[in-house]
Formats: sequence, structure tokens, C-alpha cells
Amino acid sequence: MTEESSSTKTRLLSRGLTGGIHPPVKSDLGYWLSIRAGALIFGAAIVLFVWSILHQSLSAWTSHGIHILTGTVWSPSTSNYGALPLILATLITTAVALLVAVPIGLGTSLTIIFFLPQRLKTPITSLVELLAAVPSVVYGLWGLFVLVPWMNTTIEPKLASITGGGFPFNGATNGFGLLLASIVLSVMILPTIVAISRDVIAAVPHEQIEGALSLGATKSQTLLKVVLPEARTGIFGAITLGAGRALGETIAVAMVIGSNPQIPKSLFSTGATLSSTIATEFGEASGAQLAALGALALILMVITASVNAGARTLTRRALRGHA
Amino acid sequence: MTDVLMDLPPDPILERRRVIQETASKKIGRRQLNSRILSGVFGLTLVLSLIPLVSVLATLIKRGVGVISWGFLTHDPIQPTLINQNAVGGIGNAMVGSLVVDGIAALVAVPLAILIGLYLAETESRTANFMRAITEIMTGLPSILLGVFAYIYIVLTMKAYSGFAAIVAITFLMVPVITKAAETAIRGVPHTLREAGLALGARNSKVSRGVILPVAAPGLITGVLLSLARAVGETAPILLVIGISGRTDWNPFHQMSALPLDIYQDSASGYASQQQEAWGIALVLVVAVLVLSLGSRFVAARMRREQR
Repeated sequence: MTEESSSTKTRLLSRGLTGGIHPPVKSDLGYWLSIRAGALIFGAAIVLFVWSILHQSLSAWTSHGIHILTGTVWSPSTSNYGALPLILATLITTAVALLVAVPIGLGTSLTIIFFLPQRLKTPITSLVELLAAVPSVVYGLWGLFVLVPWMNTTIEPKLASITGGGFPFNGATNGFGLLLASIVLSVMILPTIVAISRDVIAAVPHEQIEGALSLGATKSQTLLKVVLPEARTGIFGAITLGAGRALGETIAVAMVIGSNPQIPKSLFSTGATLSSTIATEFGEASGAQLAALGALALILMVITASVNAGARTLTRRALRGHA
Repeated sequence: MTDVLMDLPPDPILERRRVIQETASKKIGRRQLNSRILSGVFGLTLVLSLIPLVSVLATLIKRGVGVISWGFLTHDPIQPTLINQNAVGGIGNAMVGSLVVDGIAALVAVPLAILIGLYLAETESRTANFMRAITEIMTGLPSILLGVFAYIYIVLTMKAYSGFAAIVAITFLMVPVITKAAETAIRGVPHTLREAGLALGARNSKVSRGVILPVAAPGLITGVLLSLARAVGETAPILLVIGISGRTDWNPFHQMSALPLDIYQDSASGYASQQQEAWGIALVLVVAVLVLSLGSRFVAARMRREQR
């Protein structure tokens, strides 16, 4: 009798309801092992993945050293592997994409939550989410055949006339380049920013909003001075997540940036990002170039993994704060 | 009493109330006007964010619909020549390639991800938390890194480009996405159901298979379909490892073709026929992705209704 009840207790404990760290009863050993085996296989695959990229780039680090990070010339034909132009282009396109996408994304989230009538909310939200479903290569194609002519004839001359041909809108215009890549990226990260910021904005306590309104603030004042500050941690999380996506986006950027690894002199210049260089040069690479591309992959992995880890911390903290 | 309050450290809520009252004390008419204008600006941002979607879909329909035909979907491509510039071939090889690569990847990824999802949902330990964090970070890593991974382990080892290497990369991409969905769905199953199953004397494996997974099924299916939608459109990892093939070939250990890869290669071509083909494939791809993501919603909603 006592034996039976204690075995039931063990089963319940082994069930994970109390933590799952207790050793399982015999009949459950198979299950206990199999879910851990699944996790173990994937964990091992991740270790292999990180190791493969470290290992691949090893010979590049030993032969070029820190020069890979600081070198200003990326030219495989002369065995110059300096990733600075690529890192700069990656950072610039991401920054400009954020400059465009963040205000539009936040405005969209606020509109969806506070201005749209109830019956429009779901359809409009689904439409914005559809933006995330379109594959990256289709955005590239769209950029190439729809945006390039438009940029070339309308947008770039207009921007150039605003600064009088000065920085950052200087130099020859041809449609391709950093600016077009940034615009395509901003479209691609918009749904990410909207989805996350909508969640955190919707989580702002009603009392705060009603309190502000009752104190005589108008709707817009409430949104700008109460809702946005209250949701700021989560909004930073959304922005960081968008940045992570933009930093690593490959195919769409490779199609519109011009694939010309050089230190960008203006937003109109062509360039190449870390990921677009891997995509365009990997096919013909061997030996030292392959190792250098491995080093680019490592740089990209370190940057995006830390940005994503930061985004995860921010969004979790924000959503827990209101839960 | 007031003195005591004054000595308190600045309270963020009081501070915010002060700011609000200050702004509120400005003229009401002007503030109303500003508010209207700002509301207009917010509305404008929504319109701005929908323009790209409308433009992409409109261009896809305008340039893509004319290309689509049964022959286009099933035949193999024709290499354009100077004499025969306008011949649009088929994409049968790429359809088969995408089907084989994404299908096999899903067959491997789904069971693995469900196991990991069960593990993450049912254990509370440091290892589980760490695995959860790593899985989430993997979801956000650039997909091309998985292409590099598959190249190093599969292409260099087997000394050949192959659909198999693409399958490895795509599986790796799908697992974290499905795992996340599976964990959320499994955590959503009420504790009472698990306990009831155990109380009836069922083993853990039986409870998971017979009770928890069926109840979590709508969430699981949504996750699987969404990850498939993502996988079908992935170009970067496939580009590095799959090689190239102009013929329909079901053998994943050969070089293959895939829909998104064909768009990428055709877009760089100067031939009008190839560009037309790229738009045709893009339309097929977007329709597939839309069917998968809308389908996931429909299926999930329907299953939830039936469960009730």
C-alpha cells in the first residue's frame, strides 16, 4: 500500500510538474531519454555549427590576423581580405533601414491599436503580417525591376537636390546601391517591428492611458508621452530584433546593392555587405578566399547572435514587466 | 506631511503626471488640432507600410500571371539562345527540387522539434533554459550561415554539391521555428489534463502521445506550416550547396534546382524570357507561401472549434 502510493508520487514528480529533475520510474525511462535525446541532438548540431564556422575561418585569422577586421580593401583577385568596407556597408544599410522602418512601424502599431475600428483590426494586422511572408528573393526581384527605375529617375535626383549634391546624397546615381538596399531592408523588417511593438504597446496598462486622458491630455499626447515611454523597453527590443534581421539579410541585398566591395562614399554608391559577399563569392571561392569568407561568416554570426540575444532580453523583460 | 513627501526620491509616476499636467495646461484648441494632425500622421504611416505589399502583389500579378501554364509548371527549362530569345521554358525541375528538399527537411525536422518542444515545456532546469535561449537565438541567425555549415560538413566531405546538403541546411532552419511553436502549444495544454492521464495510470509517453500532443495539435500544425512557408522561400543557404540542374531529378544526392534559387539566377539574366520566368516563379512561390500561412490559420481555427 505504502509502496504503491510512493510509486505514484514518484511518477508525478518525474512528470516534470515539479521540475522533472527526479529520476524516472522504469516504465518511463524511454520517454525520459527520448525527449532529452532530441534536445541533445540539436544541441550537438549547434555546437558543430559554431565549430564549423570557427574552423573554416581559422586559417584566415592566422594568416591575416586582425587585418581582416580593419583592412580597407576587399579584393580576392589580389588576395586582399579586409572586411571593413563590408562591415561598414552592413552597418549603414541597417541603420538607414531602421531610420525608415522604425517611425513607420511604430506609427502603424499605434494606428492599429488606437485608431482603427474593431472590425478592421484583424484584417489590417494580417495584411501587415503578409509582408513577412513574402520570400526575401521576391523582395530582391521587386527591388531590381520596380524600385531601381523609380529610384534612378525620381527619388535619387530629388534627394540629391535637397542636399545640393552634398553628403550623404552625393555622387553618380544609377538606382542600385546602399540606399536601395536600405529601402528594401526597411520593408522587410517592418512586419517584425510592427508585430513586436504591437504586443508591447497593447500590454501598456489601461489605467495609465485612462489616467492621462482624465488629466486632460489629448489622444496623441497620451500616445507620445505615456504609451511610448511606458512601452520603451519592448520597443527597443522590437528595434533590436529588426536590426538583427537587417544585419543578416542576404539574397535581397545581394540583388540590389551592386556587389561592389568598397568603402561607401555616399548612400548612392554601390557596395557589398558581409552576407551578400558570402552569397555572391562563395560559389567560385577556394583556398584562402574560402577561409576569408568563413571569417566573414564568423563576424556575421557574432554580430547577429549578440544582437538577437539583446533583443530577446529586452522583449522578455518588457512583456514580463506587465504580465 | 507635505515636507515629508517633498523629501522622497523622484517618483517616475508622479514625474510623468507632472509632465502631462504641464502639457495639458496649454490651450485646448491648439492641442486638439495638434492631436488631429498627429492622428493623421499615424494613419499615414499605416498607409505607407501597406504600399510595398500592394506594389509587390500588383507587380507579381501583372508580370507573373501571363507566364503561368501547365507546361510552365511541369516542363524542364529551355536555355535561351540568341535565335530563340523569347522561349519561356518550364520550372518542373525547380518544383521537384523544392518539393524534395523542403519535404524531406520537414519529415526530419517535425519529430525532432516536437521532442525538443516536449523537453523544453516539461522540464525546468538550467539546461532547458539554456537550450531555449539558444533555440530562440538560432531562429534569428542569418540563414546563409547554415549554408556555410552544410557546405563545410556535407559538400566538402562528399566532394559534391547535392540536394542532401540543402536538406541539412533547411532542416536546421526549420527545427528552432517549430520547436518554439511546439513549446508554446504544449505549455498551453492545461495541467489538469496531464494529471488526469497520469492518474488513470497511463505512462508519460502515452499521456504525451494520447493527450498532450492531440490537444496541442492546432498550435503544432500552425508552427509546421509557417516554418514550411519560410523554408520554401529560403534562397541563401540553398545557393551555397545545391549546385545546379536543368533536369527534373528526384534523387536528393544529385545536384538539384529550387524555386527561389531559379528566381535569383534568372533575375541576373539579360534575356527578357528569363526575367519573365523569374516573375512566374515568384508568383508560384508567393501563392505557395500564402496558401501555407493562411492555411495554417484556417486549420488551427477549425481544429480549435472541433476540440470545444
